[in-house]
Amino acid sequence: MAVQKLPLAKALNESLRTALETDPKVVVMGLDVGKLGGVFRITDGLQKDFGEDRVVDTPLAESGIVGTAIGLALRGYRPVVEIQFDGFVFPAYDQIVTQLAKMRARSLGAVKVPVVIRIPYGGGIGAVEHHSESPESLFAHVAGLKVVTPATPSDAYWMLQQAIQSDDPVIFFEPKRRYWDKGELDTEAIPGELHKARVAREGTDLTLVAYGPMVKTCLEAAAAAAEEGKSVEVVDLRSISPIDFDTLQASVEKTRRLVVVHEAPVFFGSGAEIAARITERCFYHLEAPVLRVGGYHAPYPPARLEEEYLPGLDRVLDAVDRSLAY
Amino acid sequence: MTVESTAARKTTRRSSGTKRTASASPSTTKKTSTRAAAGATEPELVQLLTPEGERVQHPDYDIDLSAEELRGLYRDMVLTRRFDSEATSLQRQGELGLWASLLGQEAAQIGSGRALRDDDYVFPTYREHGVAWCRGVDPTNLLGMFRGVNNGGWDPNSNNFHLYTIVLGSQTLHATGYAMGIAKDGADSAVLAYFGDGASSQGDVNESFVFSAVYNAPVVFFCQNNQWAISEPIEKQTRVPLYQRARGFGFPGVRVDGNDVLACLAVTRSALERARRGEGPTLIEAFTYRMAAHTTSDDPTRYRRDAEREAWEAKDPILRLRAYLENEGHADAAFFEELEAESEALGKQVREVVRAMPVPEHMAMFDNVYADGHALVDEERAQFAAYQASFADGEAE
Repeated sequence: MAVQKLPLAKALNESLRTALETDPKVVVMGLDVGKLGGVFRITDGLQKDFGEDRVVDTPLAESGIVGTAIGLALRGYRPVVEIQFDGFVFPAYDQIVTQLAKMRARSLGAVKVPVVIRIPYGGGIGAVEHHSESPESLFAHVAGLKVVTPATPSDAYWMLQQAIQSDDPVIFFEPKRRYWDKGELDTEAIPGELHKARVAREGTDLTLVAYGPMVKTCLEAAAAAAEEGKSVEVVDLRSISPIDFDTLQASVEKTRRLVVVHEAPVFFGSGAEIAARITERCFYHLEAPVLRVGGYHAPYPPARLEEEYLPGLDRVLDAVDRSLAY
Repeated sequence: MTVESTAARKTTRRSSGTKRTASASPSTTKKTSTRAAAGATEPELVQLLTPEGERVQHPDYDIDLSAEELRGLYRDMVLTRRFDSEATSLQRQGELGLWASLLGQEAAQIGSGRALRDDDYVFPTYREHGVAWCRGVDPTNLLGMFRGVNNGGWDPNSNNFHLYTIVLGSQTLHATGYAMGIAKDGADSAVLAYFGDGASSQGDVNESFVFSAVYNAPVVFFCQNNQWAISEPIEKQTRVPLYQRARGFGFPGVRVDGNDVLACLAVTRSALERARRGEGPTLIEAFTYRMAAHTTSDDPTRYRRDAEREAWEAKDPILRLRAYLENEGHADAAFFEELEAESEALGKQVREVVRAMPVPEHMAMFDNVYADGHALVDEERAQFAAYQASFADGEAE
């Protein structure tokens, strides 16, 4: 069945299954990815069908997982690594930044290290500490890495396919609070480019740009704004490194106002980079400064406070109003 | 300074050096008791050639080499030392920004390096110049990163010798992953992973022990314990002899005389064979000494005593094999003369190649950042090119 409606988590599972079926060099590895199927069940049933050599339960050591994945990639494999939660990637950060990102350049192009690192990220699920973070900027800042994040089941499927096929290391952030959201997937469609942004909703008065979990929030904000007679365009960035500034520029040249929304702290967040570049590109088109909505410069709060910390519908609409007031 | 002259100088020191070993012990004992304890574990050290150049037997390891093979090992060590001393000189002359000398560790590197098969794979630190030599890597290629013209600069797959890794211990995980790949492929080659006593404290090294043990990966860990991690002596890294750590991870560990090329060869060969048979990893601790500074930027006089170094001079890896070759009549004067000439020619060639190494084109910094390209890199490359071109326009005017 080519077209089906399924949750984002299941689309990722289907994508991994397709990759394991079509490329014998693909190896899925991580904690609990085997019998358990991963704590979010993204790898559900894969070890049963592809065996313990292809779907590998690893020792509990993130640096070890990524470091051995690099070695496997040097041997010709395409490891797809699962980091269990965003806050647990940091033991592997050294391997990712000092080794994975630089190895191709260091070898003057002689080697490639096609490792995909899947990281469920973001908050909103009432989790304990270290389970709700959005560290995407820490990876986007590193040359040699690509950073992407899908917002829909279709993108989850296709972007993971493309990430696995890429000869570059890709950090693949999965919006964990959207795992259970359903959407249509056509497995026979011709997918768009991995690093191209998508206009998720057209509008004329203001552009909201977001990615991953915040795309849905922004679409809801645009719908609410429409009821008040404001036409808000929503751009789903999809790729954080590189960023498709051309699509964003075209949108801002049309709407003349931009609000960036992400869960990550605003300070030094991707919104800062977007604001700087769009200001440079669209200086004479802008009617208002680029505004940012995101997390605060405080550790991710306890679950009972996360609704206040995360950008929700109201905070996005507040920024929309402030921008339109210029 | 030539290797042969170094050798001659050291020969004269050897007898007195032996005495100093004995007299050096009390001062070492004074420093810390742990250090003396490390000395007390010496019976566990696998040795096939004594510092005086006498062949001795070991119940578990033996090696039977022809005179030609023995001369080959000697040649490897002499040329490696000559290359190393040339690089040190080139740094002093400002031709290299930095050099990490392997002086004193020739036997550990040549012995282990010559144990490898062509289809085996090596993951080095940044000091494995002798292993690179064994793998057939053009020695001048090693100097690019120290001259500052690249950050690696050789194709690892040409000689199955991975790029130098500067972050300590990272490569042991790559080695383990590579070995896991070999096992998946059903191949019977093995991986040799190098690290040092300092890196033994790194999480990555310990994680590589865990992963390789769990997956029974065909990897041999070759730890050159050269006693010093820049200024920190081995007792700042461990309370037990390093090779004993392997046991806790579930695989064998062995300490070998790191200045005995025959023992290093025999022990590494045995461990690689074990890995090929599917019996998993081995940790080899080559007990040796960093005779030179950590790098040319380091000043060992601030933290260690001359007496310690002098004691190790008496255990020089090259001198002991030369003594053996001469005593057994395995090499004549002509061999040593020819080697001296070859060694000088190597020094000259290295000097010339390094001095002629081109500075990379400015635009090269944007190359190979990504395999599939990246819009930002493309944009910045174009901006930089335009910026550069703006000067050219100015000059033209």
